[in-house]
Amino acid sequence: MAVMSGTTAPARAADSRSPGSRRPTRRGWKVTPWLFLAVPLGLLILFTYVPVANMVWYSFTSWDGFDAVKEPVGFKNYVEIFTRPEIFRVFLVSLYYLVGAFLQLVLAMYFATVLSFSTRFRNWFKGIIFFPYLLNGVAIGLVFLFFFRPGGTLDALLGLVGVQEAPLWLGDPSLVNISLAATSVWRYMGLNFVLFLGAIQSIPNEQYEAAELDGATSWQKFRFIILPSISQIVGLSLILAVSGALSVFEIPFIMTGGANGSETFVIQTINTAFKFSKVGLASAMAVVLLLLVLLVSWVQRRFFPEEKGDLA
Amino acid sequence: MARKHAAAALAVMTALTLTACSAGEDTGGSSEGGVSGDITVLTNRTDIVDTELQDYVTEFQKVYPDVNVEFEAITDYEGDVSIRLNSQEYGDVLLIPNSVTKDQLPQFFEPLDTVEALSSKYRFIDEQAFEDQVYGIATFGTANGYVLNKKVWAEAGITEPPKTQQEFLDALQAVGDKTEAIPYYTNYADGWPLSQWQNNQGSFAGAEAVQIRDTQAAPWSDGNEQYAIDGLLFDVVAGGLSEKDPTTTNWEESKNLLASGEVSAMVLGSWAVPQIQGATETVGGAPEDISIWPMPWQTDGAFHSRVGGDYKLGISKHSDNKDAARAWLDWFVTDSTFAVDQGGISPVVGAESPDTLKDFEAFGVEQVELAPAPAGEESLDSDIYNEAEIDLFGDQYRRNLIDVARGAASGDRLSFFEDLNSRWNAARVANNG
Repeated sequence: MAVMSGTTAPARAADSRSPGSRRPTRRGWKVTPWLFLAVPLGLLILFTYVPVANMVWYSFTSWDGFDAVKEPVGFKNYVEIFTRPEIFRVFLVSLYYLVGAFLQLVLAMYFATVLSFSTRFRNWFKGIIFFPYLLNGVAIGLVFLFFFRPGGTLDALLGLVGVQEAPLWLGDPSLVNISLAATSVWRYMGLNFVLFLGAIQSIPNEQYEAAELDGATSWQKFRFIILPSISQIVGLSLILAVSGALSVFEIPFIMTGGANGSETFVIQTINTAFKFSKVGLASAMAVVLLLLVLLVSWVQRRFFPEEKGDLA
Repeated sequence: MARKHAAAALAVMTALTLTACSAGEDTGGSSEGGVSGDITVLTNRTDIVDTELQDYVTEFQKVYPDVNVEFEAITDYEGDVSIRLNSQEYGDVLLIPNSVTKDQLPQFFEPLDTVEALSSKYRFIDEQAFEDQVYGIATFGTANGYVLNKKVWAEAGITEPPKTQQEFLDALQAVGDKTEAIPYYTNYADGWPLSQWQNNQGSFAGAEAVQIRDTQAAPWSDGNEQYAIDGLLFDVVAGGLSEKDPTTTNWEESKNLLASGEVSAMVLGSWAVPQIQGATETVGGAPEDISIWPMPWQTDGAFHSRVGGDYKLGISKHSDNKDAARAWLDWFVTDSTFAVDQGGISPVVGAESPDTLKDFEAFGVEQVELAPAPAGEESLDSDIYNEAEIDLFGDQYRRNLIDVARGAASGDRLSFFEDLNSRWNAARVANNG
């Protein structure tokens, strides 16, 4: 509302300015919203837009990260990214996380639906499902490192049910990404769950009652009442899932450091910048990732247009 | 009301702007009686910054009572400090990060003296020198080889260092067969212990090892040093002589495993010996069982160990208090007992060799110090390996090597080394052209 008054204020303030009237106070309204915005905008510009602008600039140089001279090299870094297949090969790893993310959405939707009706211990279950999201990512990485190691928690559990020859969960290159993606699902499902649950609970009860009178089954209620009502949240979650899968970082970085074929694009970018002192090339990789994520969001919006555009 | 809001908002903004300008001013200059002032010293020793390092300051202030020394301990020293070099605020005295190439030294650090003037007094000065000027002096020196639990090796019947790669592999095999111990521990997950292998450069090819490597089109081929080093690691892993799951290793734990004899050997520097001897106190075991032996190859009938300086102490070019900084640097490397306390080799010429290297004397191990790079080629080696993205001093390609060796990644010994060779040569040609 303050913004509205701000935009209409100038015309009135220009009329006249008589001391003692309410006009100077009106004039104050003009700047006040901007003063309130100054701090968040300043922080946003300082910590988001300036660094991004810098990154774009670095991506056109061959800077090593600390040299005083930043040699401009034009599009050389971008050409290198698109001519070296091994840089893009790591996106294959993201597919594991993408599959994991869809699984995560389905599971979250299932639990949200089930727990939005009266279920025994439902608040307890809600807590259990949301809890992992509250944990620090580093802590989760370390906990799962012990969980997956040979003779660790998982092997001990499997031993109880008679599995003697457990595979190397992180050591086997065909399993490592599945183990890591599963960890990721465990961590982030809580967030999707809470989003879905909130949306489902905003559906008026009368609709269920009407459906019940018409003899709808549980599946039909889900398909024709719940799903259409939460489609916006589903769309948002899909965008988050895809861009999240492209830029996976925390869990593989802490658990394996990108070793054993679990390297993701972001880990590769970090290595390029800080292990091989190629900040210029790494910045270009980061810019490419940013553009990819923007592209994915745009495609998503084209194919799943939303009635109200205020959510995603 | 609105006016009050505006005033309050302005006040907040002013406060925010002001805090940004509150960077402290150092009290510069020196009094006539001696050196004085405040200096900040960056250190990687988070473990002793509040204890032992403070004791050194107390000693130092007996000589220079007017100099105040503040430490800033940094956990990820290499990563954090190399980024901070962008600013002008990186302390007065600091350890020179390894990612600084030699031709960049004058950009960030104060020259200490000429190589000629300092070489009679200190060792390892060539390692951070550029165009005849020295920019840093090592805090201590390290001899390289592998740290082993001698008790375990004795149980397997081995009491003398193996002289060839095959003898070394046989020795590890004997440990695996006759004892309960894991013969070798790679520390793959932590990564940096893998770079310790590279510190043995020079033990095979001699003092000119780096220059020789930079002229080679295929360093990873038979008879070359890089092949000897990495080939040995490959064979150890391929022979099943290392831990079962390398991806879940843990450095802190590995010290205890070696101390207690559950692991028999790890390639490390002599700096690690006191730490692992310390671990014997907590897990049970005798400190005298922990020792360092030279790499398993001989030239001219003798073992060689590459001896190099650890981080070099330098002075920031932007220091406001260079006299006090210099006083601390000189005192720390010459008069403090830091090197001895760390079980390292003193950087001062003619100092006695530490207890950790007793076995080296017994087996007649010769120390090799790498020759300085010729003028104009100071950064050639790092230029090549950065360009080739073969991180000789990192963990990426050796992790890959271990994955290939244990059958977890595609390829074999030949194809892996061929790939390294072709990348190396392409980068080498690019840098000569």
